[in-house]
Amino acid sequence: MKHGRVLVTGVSRPLGADVARALAASPSVETVIGVDTVPPSDDLGRTKFVRADIRNPLIAKVITTAEIDTVLHLNLIANPVAAGGRTAMKEINVIGTMQLLAACQKSDTVSRLVVRSTTTIYGSSPRDPALFTEDMEPRSLPRGGYGKDAVEVEGYVRGFSRRRPDIAVTVLRFANILGPGVDSPLARYFEFPVVPTVLGFDPRIQLLHSSDALAVLLRAAAGGHAGTFNVAGDGILLLSQAIRRAGRPPVPVPFPAVSSLSRLASRMRIVDFPPEQVGFLAHGRAVDTTRLREVFGYTPRYTTAAAFDSFVRERGLHPTIDPERVVAAERALLGLLARRRLVSAS
Amino acid sequence: MTTAEPPPGEARIIPLARPARRAAAAARSGAARPVTSPGPADGPGRDETAPTKHPTGASSAQEAPAPARQDPAPSAGSTTAKGATTRRAATKSGSRPGTGRQTSARQTSARQASLRQASAEPAAAEPVAAKPLVAKPSAAKSGAAKARTDKPGSDTPGTGEPSAAEPGTGKPATGKPVTDKSATGQAAGVRAGRSGTGQGRSSARARATPQPEQPEDRAERLLGRAAGQLRGDEVTPDEDDVTGGPAGEAPAAPMAQPAGLERALAGMLAFLRRRITGDYEVDELGFDADLTEHVVAPLLRPVYRNYFRVETRGLENVPDTGGALVVANHSGTLPIDALMTAVALLDHHPSHRYLRMLAADLVFSLPFIAPIARKTGNTMACQPDAERLLGKGELVGVWPEGFKGVGKPFSERYKLQRFGRGGFVSAALRTGVRIIPCTIVGAEEIYPMLGNAKAVARLLGLPYFPLTPTFPWFGALGMIPLPSKWLIEFGEPVETASLTPAAAEDPMLVFELTDRIRETIQHTLYGLLMQRRSVFF
Repeated sequence: MKHGRVLVTGVSRPLGADVARALAASPSVETVIGVDTVPPSDDLGRTKFVRADIRNPLIAKVITTAEIDTVLHLNLIANPVAAGGRTAMKEINVIGTMQLLAACQKSDTVSRLVVRSTTTIYGSSPRDPALFTEDMEPRSLPRGGYGKDAVEVEGYVRGFSRRRPDIAVTVLRFANILGPGVDSPLARYFEFPVVPTVLGFDPRIQLLHSSDALAVLLRAAAGGHAGTFNVAGDGILLLSQAIRRAGRPPVPVPFPAVSSLSRLASRMRIVDFPPEQVGFLAHGRAVDTTRLREVFGYTPRYTTAAAFDSFVRERGLHPTIDPERVVAAERALLGLLARRRLVSAS
Repeated sequence: MTTAEPPPGEARIIPLARPARRAAAAARSGAARPVTSPGPADGPGRDETAPTKHPTGASSAQEAPAPARQDPAPSAGSTTAKGATTRRAATKSGSRPGTGRQTSARQTSARQASLRQASAEPAAAEPVAAKPLVAKPSAAKSGAAKARTDKPGSDTPGTGEPSAAEPGTGKPATGKPVTDKSATGQAAGVRAGRSGTGQGRSSARARATPQPEQPEDRAERLLGRAAGQLRGDEVTPDEDDVTGGPAGEAPAAPMAQPAGLERALAGMLAFLRRRITGDYEVDELGFDADLTEHVVAPLLRPVYRNYFRVETRGLENVPDTGGALVVANHSGTLPIDALMTAVALLDHHPSHRYLRMLAADLVFSLPFIAPIARKTGNTMACQPDAERLLGKGELVGVWPEGFKGVGKPFSERYKLQRFGRGGFVSAALRTGVRIIPCTIVGAEEIYPMLGNAKAVARLLGLPYFPLTPTFPWFGALGMIPLPSKWLIEFGEPVETASLTPAAAEDPMLVFELTDRIRETIQHTLYGLLMQRRSVFF
């Protein structure tokens, strides 16, 4: 299906900006309209920026006047601080989505809707299966924050696709995105000189490189398959392993203290790790991406481990524990052994 | 030696292997002393590193080891080149009887240098490391070797030696095939004569270490086994090829130990490095084979072997490859029976299979237990995970009695409980794998559960709180299991390939299969109990 006039929400944040820029550079795209509440900080090519709050019906006017045929809804905010508090975040995430969907429903031109969601909707619990497939129900629903918003957003999107079955709806559930420009709680978490972990737990984490996220979104905008897809890099990392790869010393914190610590950290603006995400630090989460590869037809170029390594490299994280020193120490010890033996042999 | 330093991943074992060889040569040439005593004939051979041309005759060998401290430390850049040559000097100075006073100082300084290099030496490429080994004994021992070793006489030890003296480059290499034989022949004779002594041991150490091409993980497998004992397949067949000596020339058994220790240490260091830098693979379910093989299995092995003295039968019923479902009876208050079954399959099955077990969800909510359960390859008992593992061709273990089985009172020992809801059968049917009934005898007696403190259990959120003759009265000491004698028998597999995946939707069939497997295990249990002479022996 030809996609000519595209509306992108959330263009003032890195992923949205990347998508808008890539679409603007594509010759098959006639118009790109970017929407956000704040102007984008970087150049978006020929993207027309409309400063609009998707929470009010103005968005419908934009869609009608520009005769938008493809809507990319990327305006799902994970970070309450960025949105100006949890209430504002929820407003933008949930009410904004409702308004946007209402506008799309009334539109005659829209034929494709791509919604960015997250694997957070699967929650994190010890009773989780090893890998979630798209049609599994979460064992414990996310109780608040980002995950809960995403669950509600997906609920409205499902309702929308029931009412407008002629519009192809693609829901992309992204794993935690790491990449050069990404400023997510997880990225900041790994930038600490020492990394707090939950004592006695070592979760499996799954990551997605931002370039893969971009590629998947562009493919969906260009007419990928409708449906719901988990999007994540192949394989997993254990949190301990990731911390070791970043050369950081972990600091285990007992489970009960973790939420208060994270609350304190958010209040002090050190890191914004929502307390409801603590479950993730204990139990982790991993998803099955078979459907992405086989139905959607995209294989992420970065595995989880590669995405993490490139994140460490691109951010220029200076390892507290330098792997080269570890190798040198190993060599020195081996040499010592050899010397000792040689002396005793002669 | 134009060897660029290879990536550390490829040459990890080299720094270890090379000094070992050096020591071997030292030992061997030392060993050669009493028998052949090449004496003055060797003088020129020594010259390659000792610039003094005097073929000094008999002098006290004791002087050789005197270290010369003022010797300048070799620069790092020339290490590989020098390492190879000075090594030869080292072998000689350490062992040769005909070391003169004048030369000894220099020689020892050369040795010191080589020693230092041994520690500073960056890993060298394999072929380089391999060659000196073959050339060295010949140089040390045979008269023929003299001809080829005498040429770089003017070289000064401690300063960058030209690579002409390098074994493996240019001329010296040509003499090899001939000299080798005589050298090793001598060495063999010597070794046979004095096997079991300290020197002999170090020569064996060298024989065990000299495969530079051997992948690192092999050494690490050795390390893994070191806690228990070496498996039959660990004896490397190419050892003799490398030394060129006749097979069985020296009794290997008493000699192998230092090599094992040395290697184990190197393997352990490599393992530690991997752990510290996070350089290991974990599968998508969180299975960490590196950790399982190098830490968990070595810890469980002595328990399996020496404590419960587990006797495993019917391993031929477990396929070498492909998915299969092992179904076993559960008992013992703590699921030690599951751990022992996993050890049995990892250590004693011909293809050393990992048993991926399906565990209760309680396991994954307990701190410390949860991560280790995941890392050793277990996952939560649920249909999707079971089918995922079986579909991947893994060997899956399931204990369908669950808590009812593992936490049953001692009075009900060896009475199978209900086999869950038959979920394991439908998983096997859907994936078309065979079901292998497994019977475990002995686990019931490790913690005789005389009572169950239900109130405490409820308080702690546990399914039961056992009261055994020792626990909780003796605290942590009470958690030491009784040393019962165990039997694990893998029975005839139940094929499901003839049934279609649709059969999983037929509850009657599923129940019937479940019952059949339960009956099989119960009957095997009775049979094994009849055979058992006593609980503890």
